[in-house]
Amino acid sequence: MSVTNGNGHHNGKQQRFAEGSHGDSLEPSTGVQAFHALHAEDPSKIFFTEADKQKIAEFVSRYPAKESAVMRALWYAQEKFGWLSIEAMNLVADTIPMPRADVQGVASFYTMYWKKPMGKTHLAICTNISCMLCGGYDLYNYIKKTYHIGNGDVTPDGLLSLEEAECLGSCGTAPAMQVNNYEYVENLTLDKLKAFLKERGLER
Amino acid sequence: MTDYKPMILKGYLSPKGHLRDIADYEAHGGYQTLKKAFAMKPDDIVSEVKKSGLKGRGGAGFPTGLKWSFLAKPEGKPRYLLINGDESEPGTFKDRQIFEQNPHQLIEGAIISSYACGINACYLYIRGEYAKWIEMVEKAVDEAYAKGYLGENILGSGFNLKLVVHKGAGAYICGEETGLISSIEGKRAYPRLKPPFPAVVGAWGCPTIINNVETITNIPIIIDIGAEAYAKIGAPDHPGPMLFGISGHVNKPGVYEAPSGTLILDLIYKYAGGVRGGKKIKAIIPGGASMPIIRAEAAEGIGMNAESLKKAGTLIGTAGIIVMDEDTDIVEAIGRLAHFYHHESCGQCTPCREGTGWVENIYGKFLRNEAEKRDIDLLLSICSQVEGRTICALADGAMWPVRHSITRFREEYEKHCKAPDSLPHEWKYVNKAASGV
Repeated sequence: MSVTNGNGHHNGKQQRFAEGSHGDSLEPSTGVQAFHALHAEDPSKIFFTEADKQKIAEFVSRYPAKESAVMRALWYAQEKFGWLSIEAMNLVADTIPMPRADVQGVASFYTMYWKKPMGKTHLAICTNISCMLCGGYDLYNYIKKTYHIGNGDVTPDGLLSLEEAECLGSCGTAPAMQVNNYEYVENLTLDKLKAFLKERGLER
Repeated sequence: MTDYKPMILKGYLSPKGHLRDIADYEAHGGYQTLKKAFAMKPDDIVSEVKKSGLKGRGGAGFPTGLKWSFLAKPEGKPRYLLINGDESEPGTFKDRQIFEQNPHQLIEGAIISSYACGINACYLYIRGEYAKWIEMVEKAVDEAYAKGYLGENILGSGFNLKLVVHKGAGAYICGEETGLISSIEGKRAYPRLKPPFPAVVGAWGCPTIINNVETITNIPIIIDIGAEAYAKIGAPDHPGPMLFGISGHVNKPGVYEAPSGTLILDLIYKYAGGVRGGKKIKAIIPGGASMPIIRAEAAEGIGMNAESLKKAGTLIGTAGIIVMDEDTDIVEAIGRLAHFYHHESCGQCTPCREGTGWVENIYGKFLRNEAEKRDIDLLLSICSQVEGRTICALADGAMWPVRHSITRFREEYEKHCKAPDSLPHEWKYVNKAASGV
């Protein structure tokens, strides 16, 4: 990945905000990290067509104030472009229209907006209390150790990324994970996780 | 257990296992209550809800009818109903069942509530993780529009209502009512100081009612069977049908609907099939992760209603029961929650932003067996410096599990301490000199 952020740091160094991401045991946190928006690989590809603009206008029409449409619009941009580069955020801001800084503020606040390219298969494995009691960390640590990635990291081939999810609301079917911000895979076991990875050609 | 007929999760009784399709819901008597409601005066509905004794199901347990009666009605300003489906409290997964099983009852409840409060725009905030369930609810909303239950002049009553589903993007703090307002306004979900309360100055600066999904789903039941009959369901101080999410070390985890006041141990042993491997229970969190943890002995004879849980030294919260068996390491479990609260603190108030991080780091010390006994008291001291010193209740919710697990399971913490309690080498001389030895 040749993406660099505004300060010229390599993309691989970019972590999500909660830098102190803990796997097996709670390590001392380094606190909240500053947010650096990343540039798109090819900024010329980040644009909205007339149809897209109409869609955004439809989101705006749902609310009494145009700024309220920002969350749906960011979702829309993320689905279209894969992740939210600084160009994508600015595009959303200019389309609504609202201040660019406000859009970046919103995009950086919520964890489900991806501020860097994630893997083709993104696994958000829940390790919160109910899932933890049912073995969530076994799954999380399995991915961590087998694929050598931490919380918020992507494998070098860009196929798999991992996230330590906070309660997915799947406590009755724990442990659970969410794939690519959509499908839930519930009542997980290590075997079920391995079978899932095999199905996607990701076994190691 | 057997003679109780579900009123919220009715879908399980139908052949498809859900009532997502409007035709199925109508066949089960759906949208009939709406006609009854339109025949009533809006104020009568509010007093009916007041009389029913319905308390909010989102955690705070505030009486719904009373909340509605606080709604300011200034001339020329619109009013809004926000339905809170952000459901991010660990151990809580009940609203998801409503979206999946019976979304039309939620919509019907939203229409009746809006009619009662004179509201013409309703926003249903659902967390971003529930992308699949958002699609289910949006489909149900579209069906309701097509059938004329939403939109202009509903059922010829002259009442108009617009209902919009808003998709969140993963932030626990959006479940806090003023955080939800900030979020839906298109800002970072920072909670706001109260007063002014949302009923006076809420979303977009207008008077706003915020209710939980389950609360709104209860409204059609009240109008249907009447406030008096509703008040007789379950415990008198906290009446009505309730969704209990039972998770953790139980054989059959899941959401169970039962009258309020059902005994915790009945829910665990009769509904959820008892503890895995026939083990004993060590600890129970009865109302979602933020609520005070209790020892198994304290749950004896305690029902799931506010009064009864108060006796056990805890609160009902969202009625998400987390069961931990005898082999659970309480320090590890609460340490995980400390990590969660640090991650989810919005960063607005210093005591919470810093305090949750300190607490998490100290738990790291315990889990690496580097802690000393004085670290237990350090945790308690941080708790008292954070609680009640922030804009919203997240900080309280973050500190309660710590405080109550220490007061109720101190021996667990001591097990993690390195013995004996030691001071750095040079300090020993200082102490000696000070004590005159």
